Amino acid sequence: MSRSLPLIGFLLLVGLFGFGIWWNTRHDPREVPSPLIGKPAPEFSLPLLDDPGKTVSKTSMLGKPYLVNVFASWCIACGEEHPVLMAEGRTLGVPLVGYDYKDAPEDAKAWLARHGNPYDMVIADQPGRTAIDFGVYGAPESFLIDAKGTIRYKHIGPFTPEVIERELKPLIAQLKQEAP
Amino acid sequence: MTPELGQLALILAMLLALAQGVLPLIGAWRGNRALMAVARPAAAGQAVFVALAFGLLVWAFLTFDFSVQYVADNSNLALPWYYRIAAVWGAHEGSMLLWVMILNVWTVALAAFSRQLPEEFLARVLGVLGIVAVGFLAFIVFTSNPFARLLPMPPDGGDLNPVLQDPGMTFHPPVLYMGYVGFSVAFAFSIAALLGGALEQGWVRWARPWTNAAWGFLTCGIVAGSWWAYAELGWGGWWFWDPVENASFMPWLVGVALIHAQAVTEKRGSLRAWTILLSIFAFSLSLLGTFLVRSGVLTSVHAFASDPRRGLYILAFLAIVIGGSLLLYALRAPKVAGGKAFAPLSRETVIVIANLMFTVAAAMVLLGTLFPLIGDALHLGKISVGPPYFGFLFPLLMLPVVLLLPFGPFLRWGKSEAAPLKSVLLRVTIAAVACAIVAAFFVDGQAKAIAGVAAAVWCGVGTLLYVYKRWREMPRGRRYPAEMAGMLLAHFGVGVFLVGVLLSESLSVTRDVRMAPGDTQTVGAYTFRFDGVHATRGPNWHAEQGTVTVLRDGKTIDVMHPQKRTYPRGQVQTESAIDPGVTRDLYVALGEPMDPNKLEGAWALRLYAKPFVRWIWAGGLFMMLGGFVAGADKRFRARRAAAKVAAEPVLPAKESRA
Repeated sequence: MSRSLPLIGFLLLVGLFGFGIWWNTRHDPREVPSPLIGKPAPEFSLPLLDDPGKTVSKTSMLGKPYLVNVFASWCIACGEEHPVLMAEGRTLGVPLVGYDYKDAPEDAKAWLARHGNPYDMVIADQPGRTAIDFGVYGAPESFLIDAKGTIRYKHIGPFTPEVIERELKPLIAQLKQEAP
Repeated sequence: MTPELGQLALILAMLLALAQGVLPLIGAWRGNRALMAVARPAAAGQAVFVALAFGLLVWAFLTFDFSVQYVADNSNLALPWYYRIAAVWGAHEGSMLLWVMILNVWTVALAAFSRQLPEEFLARVLGVLGIVAVGFLAFIVFTSNPFARLLPMPPDGGDLNPVLQDPGMTFHPPVLYMGYVGFSVAFAFSIAALLGGALEQGWVRWARPWTNAAWGFLTCGIVAGSWWAYAELGWGGWWFWDPVENASFMPWLVGVALIHAQAVTEKRGSLRAWTILLSIFAFSLSLLGTFLVRSGVLTSVHAFASDPRRGLYILAFLAIVIGGSLLLYALRAPKVAGGKAFAPLSRETVIVIANLMFTVAAAMVLLGTLFPLIGDALHLGKISVGPPYFGFLFPLLMLPVVLLLPFGPFLRWGKSEAAPLKSVLLRVTIAAVACAIVAAFFVDGQAKAIAGVAAAVWCGVGTLLYVYKRWREMPRGRRYPAEMAGMLLAHFGVGVFLVGVLLSESLSVTRDVRMAPGDTQTVGAYTFRFDGVHATRGPNWHAEQGTVTVLRDGKTIDVMHPQKRTYPRGQVQTESAIDPGVTRDLYVALGEPMDPNKLEGAWALRLYAKPFVRWIWAGGLFMMLGGFVAGADKRFRARRAAAKVAAEPVLPAKESRA
């Protein structure tokens, strides 16, 4: 019996590998599921970049879907994403909220002045506390939040026109139908 | 036309492999000498055709034949010729071809240097190797044809993965494969022994030089890979517990266990079944490594191709080869615990302990590597275990091995006296403690560094004490037979390696800094001055190249040029600059410009001072050398008559070699 143990152990491994191959045909191995999808967005209350006296909160945004795009002036990949947002941002049909992440306000303003501002409003999270609640890995990263304040979609890394066309737009169309 | 010839050569090679895999095994079973005699010519013919196919693929790369899909994907007109040759194994299809070619190199070497083996035994060994070759050739022909055409032919090709465009990388995969595939020889020997039954006692002796050589190559390949990761990836680390690194490390660990178990089985006749099992494990883990890299079951920086069809094929192949071998083992493994009995205090005992530690370590690495997959299977979500898991468990498992290492050579087979061991214990303890105390003043009392010095002295002095004992007690010419010299070199290498690991890990200084031209940063005794960045270009890349001047006591000791290269497809690759030294490396990697539009401005830089980091690879090279030297011992090449004598019991009290 003990001489069969290696064989039995190996057969278990084969089962595991077979499962792995099957699993990979159904899942993109690169996807990192966000535990927040389908959950209410965390409460937040952040100042506007241009007018720090005014704050935007989750409650004030309820009632219509919106897209939050985490960016920063220090982030190289955001520079790659920027032209895409400039071109596509206005065609999405939902407000595009820029989320300035761990950034000095002057740097962010200068960056937007130089590259253009695709955002309907920009909120600033200089200490980066709220980003932790959102589970932000790094910039750029984007969250689509529906009218009831639920996170419906998350994209890690820069948007490309293909991703916007394939993933984001169908979902926005669906959210708009759901909205009252 | 030539690519089609290559494909034809591969098909012919596959048919010859089939002949080599089937006929000699039938011949050995039925006692048919004509069928057994097929083995050698079939192996040689297969090698010729595989080499021809390989040569044609090299030719296609050298002549820019972009009508071949593989060439078009992995090279372009700007790629220098040496990287075009390296590109042959730079992606999936070609690296499988390299795998088979190296299997052929081992098979032909075995056929040439095994005149002393019994005919039936050799027929079985070559037959098993033939079956392995059939599996890989069929894999290439049916799922991964490197000669597939691309029509219409593009005017220029893509690019070799820039990560691979490094001198170290041209040489790392072939050497690593020499090691991986080399374990197929030990595997074939043990399968042949299982098939032949208990009649052949001498096979372990014949398998030993092949195992040692394969392990030496594997060590060299891992050292080269580690060195390359250090120099090329710009992370400054030398080992990352990445799934593909683990895939090469598992057979290495089992290989260490196998080398020692083979010594016990050959000298004493004990651990017979265990040695067979380890031979199967070592090669199985090599195959598993290939599977993990190729099937896309695990994702990693190294994984080139992930195609479920290929994954399924390799899985079926694994199931047949490994499952078949283990089934054979379950049915035919030696039933009786043969060999000489041994006392608790004996060389066998410490070898068994070390064997268990190495096997458990390999199992621990396997578990950690497969953990993401287990997590998916049990619906635990995306989990993977990283350096904290390995970094904690691995040293824990190796601690007993390091502690026992100095005593191994002093212990006798069978039963050992305690007195000589006590004197060794006393001496190595004094040496280790004394050096640790001295070291404590130099390293600011850092526990890990002190432990590193102590452990290294423990192993090094322990090994040197045995060198001295042999020098004193044995007549000239018989002091250090190759087998023993190899053992001593490898054990000494462990000490060197420990210095490198523990000192570099505890004493390294890393600075992530923002530097404008003219800024200086002080790391330890060294001052780094950033002199700005300018553009430069190579044969197929352009780069931003930084200039960093290193000063010590006001004197310039080096000017370093870290680069950030951009290759034609837009891939960015850092080339760190390293100022090497015996006691420390200085290492600079260029990060990002603070302002992408102002390259002449400030940059993010990563500066390291890494004491003794080079000793890590030096230790590995000592171990490699040990494997080769021990494998070259003349005793293993003795004729069959001598082998029979050696299978007789050796007197327990007699001093015998490691």
